[in-house]
Amino acid sequence: MLEVRDSHAYIGQTYVLKGVSLEVRHREIVALIGANGAGKTTTLSTISGLTRSRRGKILFRPDPDATQRDITRVPAEEIVSMGISHCPEGRQVFSDLNVWENLLIGAYLRKDKQAIQSDLQWVCELFPILGDRRRQSAGSLSGGEQMMLVIGRALMSRPRLLLLDEPSLGLAPMLVEVIFEMLEQINAQGTTILLVEQNARMALELAQRAYVMETGRVTLSGTGRELAENEEVRKAYLGAI
Amino acid sequence: MVGYIAQQLVNGLILGSMYALVAIGFTMIYGIIRLINFAHGDIVMIGAFVTLGLVISGQIPFPVIIILVILAGALMGIIIERAAFRPMRGAPQVTGFITSLAVSILLQNLGILLLTAQPRNFFCPDYLQTVFNLGSVSLRTIDLAIVVIAVVLMVFLVLLVRFTRLGMAMRATAENLKVALLMGININRIIMLAFAIGSGLAGVAGMMWGARYGQIDPLLGFVPGLKAFVAAVIGGVGSIPGAMLGGYLLGFAEVLFVGLLPPIYSSYRDAFVFIILILILLVLPTGLLGRKMEEGV
Ligand SMILES: Nc1ncnc2c1ncn2[C@@H]1O[C@H](COP(=O)(O)OP(=O)(O)O)[C@@H](O)[C@H]1O
Ligand SMILES: [Mg+2]
Repeated sequence: MLEVRDSHAYIGQTYVLKGVSLEVRHREIVALIGANGAGKTTTLSTISGLTRSRRGKILFRPDPDATQRDITRVPAEEIVSMGISHCPEGRQVFSDLNVWENLLIGAYLRKDKQAIQSDLQWVCELFPILGDRRRQSAGSLSGGEQMMLVIGRALMSRPRLLLLDEPSLGLAPMLVEVIFEMLEQINAQGTTILLVEQNARMALELAQRAYVMETGRVTLSGTGRELAENEEVRKAYLGAI
Repeated sequence: MVGYIAQQLVNGLILGSMYALVAIGFTMIYGIIRLINFAHGDIVMIGAFVTLGLVISGQIPFPVIIILVILAGALMGIIIERAAFRPMRGAPQVTGFITSLAVSILLQNLGILLLTAQPRNFFCPDYLQTVFNLGSVSLRTIDLAIVVIAVVLMVFLVLLVRFTRLGMAMRATAENLKVALLMGININRIIMLAFAIGSGLAGVAGMMWGARYGQIDPLLGFVPGLKAFVAAVIGGVGSIPGAMLGGYLLGFAEVLFVGLLPPIYSSYRDAFVFIILILILLVLPTGLLGRKMEEGV
């Protein structure tokens, strides 16, 4: 579905991605783990078009039978309409907008009014609290609710591929459980997920496959279980001694 | 005395309407791209001259003049954004500010080149000059028109921003440009729209300025630009209702200052404006209706 081939990217003058390659297959959950500053966020940004890679290719095929497209130079808004939705780091709801408006703006590029209505219903079934608080400003929600809103907003564009940047950051462990369960459910309903996480334990548990990044490069890859049992990963990311 | 105060309040309302219209554009542009647009006041000047040109050129009905002036201001805003500010996008905030200073100087000097620095009498058709009295308050038709037009435009803008899809996109973009981009919002179009709306309102404020003061010259944009800046900061930069509130507060404060104190102080009105600004910022650093804002892209 998604193939990142030898992507090199700079942020300002800093050489951040030094040749990242990874692949996401249809209906998978793929985790991308690594220490702070490894380049995980930047990797997602090059996929969604927020950051341009200097070298390398990014290829995307929304459905197994669709034609593959090179999205390396495609503008961000077109990438959204092709079916990639990027939830950026840090629960960035539009706090001046109410909950309902936040969800609607997720569907900004869509013209199919009726399908939007039914997707609103779907999101509210996934996260009932969002329906209950629809008139409330998004800024007044708790951290967990904001996370749900951010995921719901991303789903409103009907993505084939969901890019999630550290959804567990700053949430109580119980809430993280809830969010991860929702991700599993969303995936089961047909959305492919590329998940960036610092919480390596849970991410490796959830993901079918995973990549480990260090200082701008992918250094390890394998199934979630393989990596969870890998000696280096256990030492560096799972706190094993 | 009551009549005198009523008259001053009406004057404040008129002045405040003009300040508010100019401040809206200032605050919208800052809200979206964090640009302190020093050239915004010069759109007021352009609006004034376009009005004068239209009035002189013949029997164009007043409502049509208003629409044409708004369109002329909007067009200027779009051209300036494209030519001067878009190439500077992403540069540090101070670069944008200096660019706007350059645009301001360019517009003023173009004005002098084309129209000379000589002040011109602003020709206002007779039917707008009719004076009528409400109790002890006397008003010209144009004064009434200024307030009514300003209020209508502001209500229209508030409805647009609050209740339409486009307005939602504008609010989202002003709050978080990066995430707005991720929603698929065409940022360039929203920025262009902010310049168009803001400059259209400044243009119509130029018409009012000319009609109110009777004389216009290519440098007249400085004062409304400065007052709009102060009004926007008082209201909370980035907040449209804040800009309106700030504009009216400033209008009233200024008129009352001049009206209630002995005449020898009236030439200090602009110093007084800045004293109000400083006092308000001391108590409320983000202005009356503002909220904390990080420096933008
Ligand atoms: N705004 C920035 N300015 C300069 N360098 C940055 C900026 N953002 C990120 N970087 C650099 O890019 C590297 C990768 O960052 P990022 O992709 O955010 O990593 P991660 O998401 O894995 O923590 C970091 O080492 C950091 O030094
Ligand atoms: Mg990160």
